[in-house]
Amino acid sequence: MSIDSNGSPQAADPAPSNNGPGKTDLVAPNAGTGPAGEGGAVTLLTPDGVRVANATYDPWIADLTDEDLRGLYRDLVLVRRFDAEATALQRQGELGLWASLAGQEAAQVGSGRALRPGDMAFPTYREHGVAWCRSLDPLTLLSLFRGVTGGAWDPAEHGFALYSIVVGSQVLHATGYAMGVAKDGGEDAAIAYFGDGASSEGDVNEAFVWAGVFNAPVVFFCENNQWAISEPSRRQSRVPLYRRADGFGFPGVQVDGNDVLATLAVTRRALDDARSGLGPVLVEALTYRMGAHTTADDPRRYRLDGELAEWQAKDPIARMRTYLESTGRLGEAFQSALDAEADALAVRVRHGCVTMPAPPSDSMFAHVTADGSVDDPHFAAERAMLARETG
Amino acid sequence: MATLTLAKALNQGLRACLEDDPKVLIMGEDVGKLGGVFRITDGLQKDFGDDRVIDTPLAESGIIGTAIGLALRGFRPICEIQFDGFVFPAFDQIVTQLAKMHYRSGGRVTLPVTIRIPYGGGIGAVEHHSESPEAYFCHTAGLRVVTCATPSDGYTMIRQAVRSDDPVIFLEPKRRYWEKGEVDTAVDLFGIDPTSHGPTGPAHASAAPVLGLHRSRVTRPGTDVTVVAYGPMMATVLAAADVAARDNQRSLEVIDLRTLSPLDLEPVFASVRRTGRCVVVHEAPGNVSLSAEVAARVTETAFYSLEAPVARVTGFDTPYPPSRLEDLYLPDVDRILEAVDRTYEF
Ligand SMILES: Cc1ncc(C[n+]2csc(CCOP(=O)(O)OP(=O)(O)O)c2C)c(N)n1
Ligand SMILES: [Mg+2]
Repeated sequence: MSIDSNGSPQAADPAPSNNGPGKTDLVAPNAGTGPAGEGGAVTLLTPDGVRVANATYDPWIADLTDEDLRGLYRDLVLVRRFDAEATALQRQGELGLWASLAGQEAAQVGSGRALRPGDMAFPTYREHGVAWCRSLDPLTLLSLFRGVTGGAWDPAEHGFALYSIVVGSQVLHATGYAMGVAKDGGEDAAIAYFGDGASSEGDVNEAFVWAGVFNAPVVFFCENNQWAISEPSRRQSRVPLYRRADGFGFPGVQVDGNDVLATLAVTRRALDDARSGLGPVLVEALTYRMGAHTTADDPRRYRLDGELAEWQAKDPIARMRTYLESTGRLGEAFQSALDAEADALAVRVRHGCVTMPAPPSDSMFAHVTADGSVDDPHFAAERAMLARETG
Repeated sequence: MATLTLAKALNQGLRACLEDDPKVLIMGEDVGKLGGVFRITDGLQKDFGDDRVIDTPLAESGIIGTAIGLALRGFRPICEIQFDGFVFPAFDQIVTQLAKMHYRSGGRVTLPVTIRIPYGGGIGAVEHHSESPEAYFCHTAGLRVVTCATPSDGYTMIRQAVRSDDPVIFLEPKRRYWEKGEVDTAVDLFGIDPTSHGPTGPAHASAAPVLGLHRSRVTRPGTDVTVVAYGPMMATVLAAADVAARDNQRSLEVIDLRTLSPLDLEPVFASVRRTGRCVVVHEAPGNVSLSAEVAARVTETAFYSLEAPVARVTGFDTPYPPSRLEDLYLPDVDRILEAVDRTYEF
């Protein structure tokens, strides 16, 4: 999992090669194996950082080396640091808005690292951790929230579609993309990220219908962070969200989304199913939005007493750290190098953000349509007027 | 009289709607405990209960579709769409169902559904939070489309809209939510004929705070140029009128359309017959827009009074740009005055 020491992600790694049986520091069996109706969320790492056995999912991460495990931890730490810096930048007026991923790092890194380079991810506006895994420079994300671009990256280059602010819309795009993969006879898969709130949108339910009847190689990855702005997830559904899959005719799995190992294992398996022609899978990752909905929100108006503390005890980064420490995998040298790297990342992000140039005024008129040969004198006159004004 | 922000005036207007009629409901995303992302419904769930102020699942087509069903059952839903850019998942329910059921039923069905939409730019938002979608709705017969520019109009117009037996798209200029003005909350609204120009007639209507819902208003009388605007652009146009008076000794007559469908253009025609010059301003793109309609009708009706073609000042025909460019996109005082000059140069 290579991201260079400046914190600039490099090309996404393929799934780590299989190194034979995984580490055997398993101490407790885990009841939940995941598929609908079979018990609780899949967990491989308890909130206390204890690795638990799971016959179904252990093989899916058996290849992870110590270095890979540290790599996952590093991702978690760096995306949280980046996110905190972005929140601070917004507070200081450098960004128009920021939607923090705090609390959801494991869900995003676990699923993001399950992807192969040829796969395509379809994010919401909060998938900064997935963006990281897809080698998007954090500053590119900031350009959107700074109001400098509309999100100007090339989806094909990164296997990462544009952020989608219109809730739920991207889930249909992922499904269509996956249908295209199937038509091409490709081995790629698509993954659609969406929230618990989004699960109510018609677009998301239509995507489930499409993916089901066309057997599209798409993984529906729902980050159930318990809230859609001020509305609790029970306002969206009478059943746990993963069980929705039943009615659409494909499997649904609930995973502890604060457990990066479980999320990685469950997403790898779901992607593998999709690739091998078994059709879509719905993954519901249970997690928690530890901050406000966005910097424009004030969660004190609606959050339940004690809820934040309850989830802080299940923090995704703390548990991975405890796990690595208690099994002798972390080491002080690694941790202090990582701390320094996080600091350097924050400095780079801050500097890059505050020095980001404003867009040229004429860029407003660029790329409205693809065929530049179409002559529209009225449009040209508007453009000329702005040029005169800004002269 | 009280001095209120537009946000607070709307909040009090909605409160009055809930008090006036037990069949009135408020429904939308985050309208309950949170009071809406702009706090327009602040405190209403606490006082009227979650049976009447309803946090809905996150689905706009669902909000409008179920509001139609509730209206069929005798309720009077007020739906909040969180931002302009998120009304489109409900577009089908609005234009094919809500707008047409009265017509299809031969007048047997009425659907008194009010859809509140914060609209327009100027708040530095990310994409889809700064749209001006009014023309889409004006193009659909069966819908009424109105917009307020002042706290006073916010308070009265929301109450009138909710009283209307037709579906009303109620557009709220979000960047003016925090601007203050005088509001008479004791006013008797329902003695007023909805088609009234107010007790003193159109020419002096600025003195009459309460107009029928479907009436435009001469906000600032003038003699030289008629400037027509609505919603978020009203404050900009009034600022331009100040500058024109000070710097050029030009007297702009400013008319607030208030009602976008149906249009109430009699005051505009009367004004243009006196001034001979007309400028129409809005922040929505100009192509196939409200200003196109106003210009066409002024030309059809008052052609021989015009000294110059009707000038338009609008947003550009591009998508709403990233926020760092929005000040260049939105019509401002200079662009309005430049259009005024053009009507003299013809
Ligand atoms: C179609 C649409 N409606 C409303 C909104 C406003 N909005 C933005 S995020 C959000 C809540 C989304 O909740 P969820 O899907 O759970 O995702 P989360 O923000 O919790 O990650 C809402 C209502 C929107 N962006 N798009
Ligand atoms: Mg959520």
